Amino acid sequence: MPARIDYEYIAAHVPEGAKVLDLGCGDGTLLEFLIQRKHVDGRGVDIDEAAVRQCVSKGIPVYHGDMLEGMAMFADGTFDCTILSQTLQQTLQPERVLEQMLRVSRKAIVSFPNWGHWRVRLQLLLKGRVPVTPWLPYQWYETPNVRQLTIKDFLRFSADRNLHIADCTYFLPSYKKIPALGANLLASTAVFVIEKHHGRGITRGSARQA
Amino acid sequence: MNEDRSVGTVETRYWRFAEPPDRLQLRCGARLGPIDVAYETYGELTTRRDNAVLLCHALSGDAHVAGRHSPDDRKPGWWDIMVGPGKPIDTSRYFVVCSNFIGGCSGSTGPSSVNPETGRPYGLSFPMVTVQDMIRVQHALVTQHLGLDRLLCVIGGSLGGMQVLQWAASYPEVVLGALPIASTSRLNAQAIAFNEVGRQAIYSDPNWQGGNYYGKQPPHRGLAVARMIGHITYLSDRSMHDKFGRSLQDKTAVGYDFGPPDFQVESYLRHQGNAFVRRFDANSYLYITKAMDYFDLESDHGSLIEAFKHARSQFLVISFTGDWLFPTYQSREIVQALQANGVKVSFCEVQSAYGHDAFLLKNEALDALIRSFLDNLYAEVRGASGNSTANR
Repeated sequence: MPARIDYEYIAAHVPEGAKVLDLGCGDGTLLEFLIQRKHVDGRGVDIDEAAVRQCVSKGIPVYHGDMLEGMAMFADGTFDCTILSQTLQQTLQPERVLEQMLRVSRKAIVSFPNWGHWRVRLQLLLKGRVPVTPWLPYQWYETPNVRQLTIKDFLRFSADRNLHIADCTYFLPSYKKIPALGANLLASTAVFVIEKHHGRGITRGSARQA
Repeated sequence: MNEDRSVGTVETRYWRFAEPPDRLQLRCGARLGPIDVAYETYGELTTRRDNAVLLCHALSGDAHVAGRHSPDDRKPGWWDIMVGPGKPIDTSRYFVVCSNFIGGCSGSTGPSSVNPETGRPYGLSFPMVTVQDMIRVQHALVTQHLGLDRLLCVIGGSLGGMQVLQWAASYPEVVLGALPIASTSRLNAQAIAFNEVGRQAIYSDPNWQGGNYYGKQPPHRGLAVARMIGHITYLSDRSMHDKFGRSLQDKTAVGYDFGPPDFQVESYLRHQGNAFVRRFDANSYLYITKAMDYFDLESDHGSLIEAFKHARSQFLVISFTGDWLFPTYQSREIVQALQANGVKVSFCEVQSAYGHDAFLLKNEALDALIRSFLDNLYAEVRGASGNSTANR
């Protein structure tokens, strides 16, 4: 019984018995799910001490600390896939995180909440306040989400860096899967599977971040 | 007895090995023998011999980890809060072993032991021992004397953690789980500096006599000062503030003199120093701090990654936020070197306002980590004969 429906879609992209690194793994729920479902060799990284203790109690190897630091010592291609589940929006250096994910693994699975959803747009437009929705539940003063992005933003970001998007899945707030057309307006959550081009990680385009 | 979750009344036992001519060749080139090893065990070994947990003690520790030597013993062993029936290192599940390391002064051969060749205490003629040597002796105890070919886990804090790392590097086939706490693969300059000041305090005590003080007045002043310095490094600004602040000792105003202590913290340090000299040998303090200074897995192997090249144990590395003597970055270095070798490793930096001493104090996060790591290891070992989900 996965806590979130996007776990199912993440699991669908994880090969049986794969070596998996979950960045921002929290209490290890997703990894535990993948261990049961896909018999993966799973490891996690998380910044929260209580979450780390939960992972240890579940027998999941976990690194307590920053995710860039947590990936630093892994040799290139150590993992079959890395996962960044609902955490991209909380990373200060998303570009470096993705770059490192594609260094230590061939496949990066990234899911994030979509700020392009019509309710988010309407709340800002009509109420003039920072949107709060079921999938973006935080007030401005307490949010861990330091990066706000839309599906369109991520597609542009990926195109600029020559990231090969092998698969993308979009979900309504009800977690119903929807097609790509109109997803930026309708989807609350997106799951992207990014694969490395041969012998390359991120190629920086002209739109390099300041 | 189970009521207060104590292992009850326990006894230190002794084992002698490396009898001449089969003396133990030490790292420094000298040979040592015979070697006495003081050790204690708690709990029962299973018939499968799969539940042995080895504890490694720190600088001033000994083999007496838990329980009391007699019912009216004033204090229990040094990690009684952690080791006992139902405690995180649960003696109703695990067979727990701890031995006093060589160079020490709590039953195992050290500089205060009598050299059989001269009939007099070794003093400074005792060979320099290293952490590697300590581990070789522990390995002999565990495999030859106790007949264990596997250790479910090796656990230790501080210098005990250094021993855990050495165990995992030297005997990967023996150690299933390794749990170094508040430890390092090599001391930083700051820690060596404090050790050196402690040694200087001993050298400068006129009673030290180049280490030949046995049967005479020992260098208690010097050793007490060394211990005081040590104690400061085990605490933290915060814990000293909480414990003492600027409170005065048995007075309402400062004395404007150099008499009895003004502040509680002074009194505390004097007490710690004086209590220490009653149970510890100054020469052992010199030898053990040297062993700590010399410990350096990186220079031994060229790099830390190389040091753990053959490591096969599962690791749980723990550090404390308030530990400035063995800072967290040193634990991270260990973890990263293990990760680079594909070792299954977890790392947790536990929140604690206390300093280096935190590993000896009650801490629920630490309890939970140790308990679950051990229990998972044991479950894996027990499940290994059946259909295991372990990946490596």
